[in-house]
Amino acid sequence: MGFWGFLVNASYFVAAVLFIYGLKQMGSPRTARNGIKVAGAGMLVATLFTFFHPAIHGNAWHYILMIVAIAIGGSAAWVSGKRVQMTAMPQMVALYNGMGGGAAAAIALIEMYSHEAFSAGFGLIIMAVVGALIGGVSFAGSLIAWAKLEGKLTKSFRIPGQQFATLALAALIVIFGWAIVASDFSAPVLVTLFFFMSLAFGVLLTIPIGGADMPVVISMYNAFTGLAVAFEGYVIDNPAMIIAGMVVGAAGSLLTYLMAKGMNRSLTNVLFAGFGVDDGAQAEGPEGEMKSVEAFDAAASMAYADSLIIVPGYGLAVAQAQHKLWEFVQALQKEHGVDVKFAIHPVAGRMPGHMNVLLAEAGVPYDLIYDLEEINPEFPSADAALVIGANDVVNPAAKEDKGSPIYGMPILNVGAAREVYVIKRGKGTGFSGVANHLFFGENTRMVFGDAKQVCADLTSGLKQI
Amino acid sequence: MITGFVALYIFMLAAFTGYEIIGRVPTILHTPLMSGSNFVHGIVLVGAMVALGNADGFWETLIGFVGTILAAGNAVGGYVVTERMLEMFKSSKD
Repeated sequence: MGFWGFLVNASYFVAAVLFIYGLKQMGSPRTARNGIKVAGAGMLVATLFTFFHPAIHGNAWHYILMIVAIAIGGSAAWVSGKRVQMTAMPQMVALYNGMGGGAAAAIALIEMYSHEAFSAGFGLIIMAVVGALIGGVSFAGSLIAWAKLEGKLTKSFRIPGQQFATLALAALIVIFGWAIVASDFSAPVLVTLFFFMSLAFGVLLTIPIGGADMPVVISMYNAFTGLAVAFEGYVIDNPAMIIAGMVVGAAGSLLTYLMAKGMNRSLTNVLFAGFGVDDGAQAEGPEGEMKSVEAFDAAASMAYADSLIIVPGYGLAVAQAQHKLWEFVQALQKEHGVDVKFAIHPVAGRMPGHMNVLLAEAGVPYDLIYDLEEINPEFPSADAALVIGANDVVNPAAKEDKGSPIYGMPILNVGAAREVYVIKRGKGTGFSGVANHLFFGENTRMVFGDAKQVCADLTSGLKQI
Repeated sequence: MITGFVALYIFMLAAFTGYEIIGRVPTILHTPLMSGSNFVHGIVLVGAMVALGNADGFWETLIGFVGTILAAGNAVGGYVVTERMLEMFKSSKD
């Protein structure tokens, strides 16, 4: 393989080691910051050695194109990545992931057009075709997911017979895929049609899925891209792509499963059933009145509590109230000696862990933040609980009402605290459209208003005590 | 050239590695980790560069060019957002 061949292969080996080690470090809060740098070093090494490998300099024109392409893609991603708001992170990850899927599909297309895969045996052809399919689906599907979360595609519309169309397309894809594998010569027309069918399949699969389920879908496409990269790595004999792609494929699949489990949804449910779409028989709203208080009174009782558990939801981030909330918490800690903990539901935010990122952005240290399993036993002994912008994740219907669409989802047992304060914009229902008995509870007090404004009022309320 | 069963073994071992890495991760890191693994499959960039470097004719070159743009976006964007998110994770003891 010559001197350069050896160097490039050695760089791929180093990259694979650094990727795995970096991902491992990203699994613990203490080492996570270092982990991404380690993985980044791996990427840099592999890319630089490939870039200077004489075997890809054969055509000077192509070499220039390569530099231009990296400059365009790299700088666009750099700028958008630096600018994106933390609340918009899920769709940004979807977008970058779709780009990776598209790149894997592009490699597959070139291999299939140029017949190279076809001289190398049966296994390679199947890998190339399957990789092209998965990459194409991930590309189109991720773009739809991005457009939906970005609000460019607002409706989760279902065409009549849409499931039938999806199934029919799947059958066509299998037939065409088999035709490509079976034909000894590659037919460019077949390959092109196959590619467009995989794009259409990605669109059809993603379009009916509602916003609440989108994180699961993004994670699934992340795993898809990993697999596509691994398969194409096998086709073009690139070990770095095989290892990195497969590790991500497996890790992403497990992550997808964990996310779906946290929402009490199975993957088939997410993909093939709308959430609350045909939920015509909406349950009756709870009887009774919500009891509301002013922010000042709420602040005073919380100041005299020994322990307070805060349950933030996505509404907090929408109102951009996390900084104001942290100011209030700091005042409680420093001036009133309150023991404050944050309780985060696995699906708070738009992705598991998204709320942690949003709190971290405001400066909340991660050792104040607790998981559902850790914090639930502590509610009965807490003096007060404060719910901000969260609804479904604290809804007792998930435990009590078998007919509720969220029945079975694990929830935070906020009602067990001595006093419950809920900051809420209005009297409406949550994301899933289910009414919440907690808000009508005997020990619950509602503070109505914009979360950011209420947090500021709470802080100024503390100063008046 | 990696062929047949050797490839299968590599697939299998890499899959278990990925599974083990995620298995014991606290929920608070799921979003950065998803973003981090999204960055790692940006390694498709090296494949796209090789494919573009060896492309023949107009269409292959065009597809290779687009593929390289997309791959570079995946790698660079994935790194930038993951690093931004992880930079914010601090303990109260830091």
